[in-house]
Amino acid sequence: MGRPRVDTSKVSVLGVRHHGPGSARAVRAALDELEPDLVLIEGPPEADSITSLVGGLEPPVALLVHLADTPKAGSVRSREGWGFWPFASFSPEWAALRHAHDNDVPVRFCDLPAAHTIAERVARAEEAEERREKAENEGADQIPEPARDTEPAQAPERAEEPRVRLDPLGVLAEAAGYDDAERWWDDVVEQRADGEPSPFPAIADAMAAVRAESGPETGRDARREAYMRQTLRGALKQGYERIAVVCGAWHAPALRDLGDYSIKDDTALLKGLPKVKTTATWVPWTHGRLATASGYGAGVRAPGWYHHLFTVTDRPVHRWLTAAARILREEGQQVSSSHVIEGVRLAESLAILRGRPLAGLDEVAEATTAVLCEGEQTRAALVHGRMAIGERLGSVPPETPMVPLQRDLMAARKRLRLKAEAFDRDIDLDLRKDGQRERSVLLHRLRLLGVEWGVPRTPDGGQRGTFRESWRLRWEPEMDVALIEAAPYGTTVESASCTRVVEIAADAELPTLTALTEQCLFAELGEALPAVLATLTDRAATDSDITHLMSALPPLARSTRYGDVRGTDSGHLRTVAQQILARVRAGLAPAVRGLDDDAAARFVKALDRTHNAANLLDDDLPAWLDTLAALAVRDDVPGRIAGRVNRILSDNGRVDALELRRRLGLVMSPGTEPAHAVAWLEGFLQGSGLILVHDEELLGMIDTWLLALPEERFTAILPLLRRTFGAFDGAERQEIGSAVTRIDGGGVTDGRERRPIDANRAAPAVAAVLGLLERSGA
Amino acid sequence: MTTTALSTDSASALRPHAEQTYAAELEALAKVDDRQRPPGWQLSPWAVTRYLLGTTLDDGTEITPKYIGSRRVVEIAVATLATDRALLLIGVPGTAKTWLSEHLAAAIAGDSTLLVQGTAGTSEEAVRYGWNYARLLAEGPSEAALVPSPIMNAMSRGSIGRIEELTRMPSDVQDGLITVLSEKALPVAELGVEVQARRGFNIIATANDRDRGVNDLSSALRRRFNTVVLPVPDSAEDEVRIVTQRVEQLGRSLELPEVPAGLTEIQRVVTVFRELRSGVTEDNTTKVKSPSGTLSTAEAISVITNGIALAAHFGDGELRPADVAAGIQGAVVQDRVADGVVWREYLETVAREREGWNDFYQACREVGA
Repeated sequence: MGRPRVDTSKVSVLGVRHHGPGSARAVRAALDELEPDLVLIEGPPEADSITSLVGGLEPPVALLVHLADTPKAGSVRSREGWGFWPFASFSPEWAALRHAHDNDVPVRFCDLPAAHTIAERVARAEEAEERREKAENEGADQIPEPARDTEPAQAPERAEEPRVRLDPLGVLAEAAGYDDAERWWDDVVEQRADGEPSPFPAIADAMAAVRAESGPETGRDARREAYMRQTLRGALKQGYERIAVVCGAWHAPALRDLGDYSIKDDTALLKGLPKVKTTATWVPWTHGRLATASGYGAGVRAPGWYHHLFTVTDRPVHRWLTAAARILREEGQQVSSSHVIEGVRLAESLAILRGRPLAGLDEVAEATTAVLCEGEQTRAALVHGRMAIGERLGSVPPETPMVPLQRDLMAARKRLRLKAEAFDRDIDLDLRKDGQRERSVLLHRLRLLGVEWGVPRTPDGGQRGTFRESWRLRWEPEMDVALIEAAPYGTTVESASCTRVVEIAADAELPTLTALTEQCLFAELGEALPAVLATLTDRAATDSDITHLMSALPPLARSTRYGDVRGTDSGHLRTVAQQILARVRAGLAPAVRGLDDDAAARFVKALDRTHNAANLLDDDLPAWLDTLAALAVRDDVPGRIAGRVNRILSDNGRVDALELRRRLGLVMSPGTEPAHAVAWLEGFLQGSGLILVHDEELLGMIDTWLLALPEERFTAILPLLRRTFGAFDGAERQEIGSAVTRIDGGGVTDGRERRPIDANRAAPAVAAVLGLLERSGA
Repeated sequence: MTTTALSTDSASALRPHAEQTYAAELEALAKVDDRQRPPGWQLSPWAVTRYLLGTTLDDGTEITPKYIGSRRVVEIAVATLATDRALLLIGVPGTAKTWLSEHLAAAIAGDSTLLVQGTAGTSEEAVRYGWNYARLLAEGPSEAALVPSPIMNAMSRGSIGRIEELTRMPSDVQDGLITVLSEKALPVAELGVEVQARRGFNIIATANDRDRGVNDLSSALRRRFNTVVLPVPDSAEDEVRIVTQRVEQLGRSLELPEVPAGLTEIQRVVTVFRELRSGVTEDNTTKVKSPSGTLSTAEAISVITNGIALAAHFGDGELRPADVAAGIQGAVVQDRVADGVVWREYLETVAREREGWNDFYQACREVGA
């Protein structure tokens, strides 16, 4: 063989399990001993330029490699054009990075560049998309099977692969008499303490043995290993000698036995790979994301437990159960030290029973349930779940490369003193204070960009005339991705959300549009407002569905009011709202005809909301009430709606008591179908029945009507009556009840006779209420 | 001692104790068991779990599984007893609490008979000690006049004491156990002596989920137990296995004529029970109402045994849908009105449509009519 043999004697290959605390410990110890002059880590080489930031990072963090040109949101490229490589404090790769950083040793990533991986993935996804589109165009029966669709290149290969390649550790564990590979690895490697001899030579040997059975690598893995070897060769050529390579255990033999592979083959393997331009950066990560097996989670079942194993020096079980007891105590459970003692004993004897060297996560979980929580599984699951995940959010230093949008958000966060945290935090904002209003504006803008950092806690709360907003904040790592995706919209949060709003408005339905208008005001996007309103007017003119119009009105009316508070010009808004109200008025009468009971119930709700909206637009209230008054006297209106309309009119003084009694009398007369009457009553009394207490004549009429009903009719409407009266609260029902007894001449309520109002004593209270009303500007 | 008229030899017993039925298995296990045994134990914890979960020994002895279900549950139970903590088994009726406790006692101490049944009328004598009053009056307080409770016997022999339905006992009787569990001693004030537990003593108690709130354990007592909740069988497969195995054993001990326990019928009964219990059909498409009863595995077992008896004595010697129909209806319909509706609905909406269930449906209809 003519190729020059490089000296690999001082190269150490450390085969690890990704995110294994024992591996991390072993790597740390091995590196301290080896004192390498170069560290190579399995990971995308795009990140070489940002390894200098390691000192400022706080794990868990992830390497994010994304397409350099930000793709359009929602396209295939934006869905597939990025990848994460997470690192936790207990990841061996992180231990290696830290070692290199602390000892000023150069460090490089040696895996296949993400540029190739992402290019491949995007190409595949685009191809699949095209095929699907084509199939859709050609007819439904030709859609290819989805399984083949997503992984066309891998599926056939996978099918023939022997189990050993899919799960090499499983095979080894089975050989060692374990039924669970994770557990075997945990026992043999991960639960090792400091000071034990390096396990790496043995691991590499074991893997070499397993690989000898499975045959050479193919496809992507072969390319990855070829690239790793090429990087290693390059480093050796540059004169590095004591090189430490940290990679997955499976790859260890392929790098250790460098001489067994020819350079020519490796070069050939790597030839002509597709490529895209990419950018790498660090983003904060969470333990929760590490724990999920899907997407870019690392599938680490219990990051909290691993973190614990990695950080505590001794007695992991004792400390773990003590911590669990503390959490339970905070939750108000009485957990004594003797619980913890017995818990530790149980965990340890379980470990012995199962033949494990040390109690593991399963054993502590079972001890938590059986002893600390006294068999209460739900509570145990809660505590255990929380501890096993151990919620934790990493952080990155400000000098980390970011897209302009991220930078803008970071600056805003700093200015507004809002921290990104991985757990729920509730905040209340007083919008009259500038600083707090700005926070609200920022959160609203981010929501428009698809970054749900803050979620309003009680929807619609704090919008009606008050100045408060309540939010629940929680930062998730994928929000960074959402920001990067939103980068094409603009360079600042404000300009990006403006562009985004106009884009959404362009093809939105009417109710969405009005909601969007409201959001524009909350987010103070004055620039986007005219465009949105223009689209809104167009849509309102062409939309013939009156319920659409009715549901569109309330947010608009609120906006009109809200706009006043925020100092936005509300003139334009008001015009639009008035137009919509006018359209509703025109369409109301035909729309209510022939609705069945369910539809009528829904319509009554819409009617109530519209009425509230009309109230907010005070100039238009009379016209709205006129429309209702016309509706109230028609015969073809469903009972429920008619009842409701009459109630609204009576509450607003448009129908006086006498007229109201007459109308009720008509409905309650024998000629009317009892079902219609009871529906009328339900609509009329919806919300509050106090009117019956105050107008005994009304009550008397209903009373007479009920008594006059034949028995089977009465039984038929009884459930409906119950539904109506059951909705009132207890006190109200009691009042009505005693009013009925009063009519019947019962003397039960003598003590509660109504006293005349003492004007003198009431004067201070009246003054105070007037003062309040004036101040609120109502 | 002479045999009194009360005692029965195990061969003619209606239901021999676990240590009698499985004496051969226990012996075989003890022979191969070379692991360390906790003081007073007949077997090592490892062998106890083997006994309960079933295995095949190297010498070919088949150990039948006694508890089919989560290995975890058994391991926690055994580990608990090995750390001389008392064990509390909780579960809905029919989840093999008593069964498990009997076999644990049989495997660990070789004696499952030291049993106290908790009822509302259980007195303190039943967990501590009582007196032979004739003797007490004649001779005054003496050890000869003392009548030890099963628990006291377990203490002095270093054996396992079992308490059934702990939460049915009045609270003051329950609390009598606190000293026993914490001090491992039972003072006899009248004689000025105390019985100290020998190594190997422990207590297994069972309590019923449905009874929560009847006589809840005081926290002082609760703290002295490790609690294991026994689940309803996870998969239909497991449940069918449990039923099949128990039905065979019961048939043997009751000496019913040999009837091939039709697997289809067992599967059917288990399916009906599971579906009614969970309120949704196995294929997860149709909601059904749940009846008021628990519909435990134990009830499924008795439905099948009953069916076999019917088939053997009145039927054609094979388990037919008609043989289980009456039993299953009896198990489901506990409350005649409410459960009757549930059962009829189930028959009409689920059983009727299902393929291969027509005979069963017709049989149930006949019983119901």
